[in-house]
This record gives sequence, structure tokens and C-alpha cells, in this order.
Amino acid sequence: MKNALPETGGFFARDRAMHPPALTPGYKTSVLRSPQRALISLEGTKSEVTGPVFGHNMINEFDNDLIVNYAKPGEMAIGQRILVHGRVLDERGVGVAGALVEFWQANAGGRYRHKKETYLAALDPNFGGFGRCVTDENGYYWFRTIKPGPYPWPNGVNDWRPAHIHFSIFGHGFAQRLITQMYFEGDPLIWICPIVKTIPDEEAIKRLVAPLDMNNTIPMDMRAYKFDIVLRGRRSTFFENRKEGN
Amino acid sequence: MVQPLNYLKESPSQTAGPYVHIGCTPNFTGIHGVYETDLGSGPLCNDKTRGERITIRGRVIDGSGTPLRDALVEIWQADADGYYNSPSETRGKADPNFFGWGRCPADMATGEFVFETIKPGRVPFNDGRLMAPHVTLWIVARGINIGLHTRMYFSDEEAANAEDPVLNRIEHRVRVPTLIGKREGNTVTFDIYLQGENETVFFDI
Repeated sequence: MKNALPETGGFFARDRAMHPPALTPGYKTSVLRSPQRALISLEGTKSEVTGPVFGHNMINEFDNDLIVNYAKPGEMAIGQRILVHGRVLDERGVGVAGALVEFWQANAGGRYRHKKETYLAALDPNFGGFGRCVTDENGYYWFRTIKPGPYPWPNGVNDWRPAHIHFSIFGHGFAQRLITQMYFEGDPLIWICPIVKTIPDEEAIKRLVAPLDMNNTIPMDMRAYKFDIVLRGRRSTFFENRKEGN
Repeated sequence: MVQPLNYLKESPSQTAGPYVHIGCTPNFTGIHGVYETDLGSGPLCNDKTRGERITIRGRVIDGSGTPLRDALVEIWQADADGYYNSPSETRGKADPNFFGWGRCPADMATGEFVFETIKPGRVPFNDGRLMAPHVTLWIVARGINIGLHTRMYFSDEEAANAEDPVLNRIEHRVRVPTLIGKREGNTVTFDIYLQGENETVFFDI
């Protein structure tokens, strides 16, 4: 099942039992922002199984190097140097080629470069905190960054986010669109975070925790974390989209 | 015993959070010099694009009636002839001057999103019946745990809307107007209500 031929089949139904529900009172902002009525089920039409293609030519040389992509010439972002890498797969286990992967994160002290960010930790003048790449023919992606710090946020009186990197992924169909977060193996904050806990299934949470990958760690340079992302699978096309009357 | 199915499971969604702009629209939040422009910003059409020019304006509104000022909205639509600019489009070739996808952050003061685009043509439903012209939307924000899919149809397409297979699936007919953008001149207004009496219809697609 290669991606060489255009695929037109419908997507596997989403298993909503392992996604967070809309209303999760432990994460207070969801209370007024959660739809309360049942979603209307709709098998994918052309409008959902199609999607735009982002070519490799839109990616600049340093878009996947957060250590230098915002730094002054000759300088680097401060923090623990890490490589984050993995594959974008679909539920069939097929690598998703040409997927656009965008990522953003706080700096080593847990501070974001954003107009509305108020945490007192210092900004790093050499760290923008975002990047992007397009997966290769096997669905593989990689980027270099610094390990983000945990940070406090206004929810409970003393809530802290575990260190994390946000991911936005574009597969081949608009129905696959996904935003999620990657956590780091061994972080005790993962299991007490109200946003992590919106996911009702512990096994599903573990799929967002990237293990330390010593095999891809570069000696005397940077540690590696491996993070595979799974998008919805799609059916074969042979008996899909029947002509009228068939 | 039977053979194992061995399917992987989709990665669970997490909220886009308050700082989605850093990753998706950095120039919008004042971070310049890394990406030349924000992906999906600006008009979806150029001088050569076929079709009728329209402007879509709207807001995403929470359960207290307050517009979200940190939402991110993406649209995906067919060209003027009803073809998608996608490898999965097998019926014909879409207008090469129409990419069909756009991304807009809500204005940080007013919460408004704006797309300069063209009115899409009709696309067939899976059984061959034509759907009415529509734009698909995907909405993320802080407090939204999994991206919301909806559609915008057009108020000037009454006859097509009346026979649309998706709109006809909605059991509670009073909810259908939540999917209709109000057209006045070339502007189509589409406010999205996350909760309340006018809660917009969202789809599990």
C-alpha cells in the first residue's frame, strides 16, 4: 500500500474514546468553549478526504533548526541541545509522505515568545521557539532544538505544564488534521497536568511521551528523543465512491 | 485464535493552547525574520483565479457570548468548478491558480477572522448527488481539546441547500441555519457558536 498512487478512500472512523472530550472541567478554559450537542456523523466526502499539498520547496534551510533559526549570526539558543525525530504514520502503519509538521515550544526556562505571555522567566534573545518540516517519502521528520522548560499557568492555583512541544500535522486529507503535544520520558509533571488529564485513556497518554533514544543521540553533542505521530488511516479505494446506480 | 489486526491508533489530540500563533502564524504575533509570510495568510485567489470573489468574515463565540481572540481557523474548499486542488481529487484537474486552503488567526482585539476567496462550485456527495456550495472549516484554540470540523453554506443558494445531502441529514431542522453564511453583496458572514441556543453544528467526519 504505497502512497505513489493518489489515495481516495474514506478515513477510518475516529476513536473518540481515547481523544479528550470537549468538556473537561479540570481544564477550566474548556468549560465555555466546549460544544454541548452531539457531533453530526458524516462519512468523508470529497470535501474531507482531499487536502492541500505543501511542497518541500516552501521549507527554508534552517526551518527545522530551532537552535539557530532565530539566533543572531554566530550565536545559539541557550539550553539542553536535543534532536527530536520520528515518523508520521497512519493507522495502517504506512509512512505519510509529504506531511507538513509544524512545532512550537517554550524556551529552556519555560517562557514563550508571545505578546500575551506573562511568565516572569527570561526570554532568550536567540530563541524564537518554532519550526517546521515536510516528511520524506517514508514519513520521516527531524528537527534540532533545546529542551523546553516546564512552566506555571493560571488554571488551578499551582498548576504546572510538563515540558512539552506542540505539534500541528497536515496529512493527506483535511479529515486527518491534528494538533497535539509531545512530552518527555520521565517528567513527573505529566501525570498531574490538567491538560494531559483531558485524555481519558492512560495508554493513549503514553503514546504522547517520547522516549530518550540513545541510539540516535550524537556523542558530545545532543540527546535524541523519538516521537512517532499516528494520523487516521484510510480504506482502499476499490469499492469506494460507486457511480450512481452501481 | 484469529490473526491480529495490528492497526496503529491515532495519536490523541491536545489543545492548540494560547500560543498556537508562535508555531502557525509567527509574523502575526510579531516574530519576524524566520518565515517570510505566515502560511495560509493573504487572499486564497490571485488575478488569474476563476470564480466569483467573496470575503468570508466571522467570529468564534464562546458560551458567554464573548468572541474568542485566540482562535485559529482554517478553511478548505473546492475551486469555482467544484474541484479540489489535491492528489486525492480524481475527477478532474482543479484551477492551478487556486490552492483552496487558508489559515487565519482571530483578531487579537475583535476576534474576527477574514478570508478573501472565491465562491466554490458544487461537489458531488459519495452517491453522486450534488452537494450545495460549501467551505469546510477547522477551528482550534485554547480550551478546545480537539479541533472542530464544520461547514459554511451560502444564503444565496436556497435551492441547492434544500437538496444538499449533508444538510438534509440534520434531524433538528432548527439547527440548519447555523451552517448558512449570510451573504450581503460579496461579503459572507459566518459566526461560529461553540455553545448555547445557536450552537453551530459540528461534524464527526
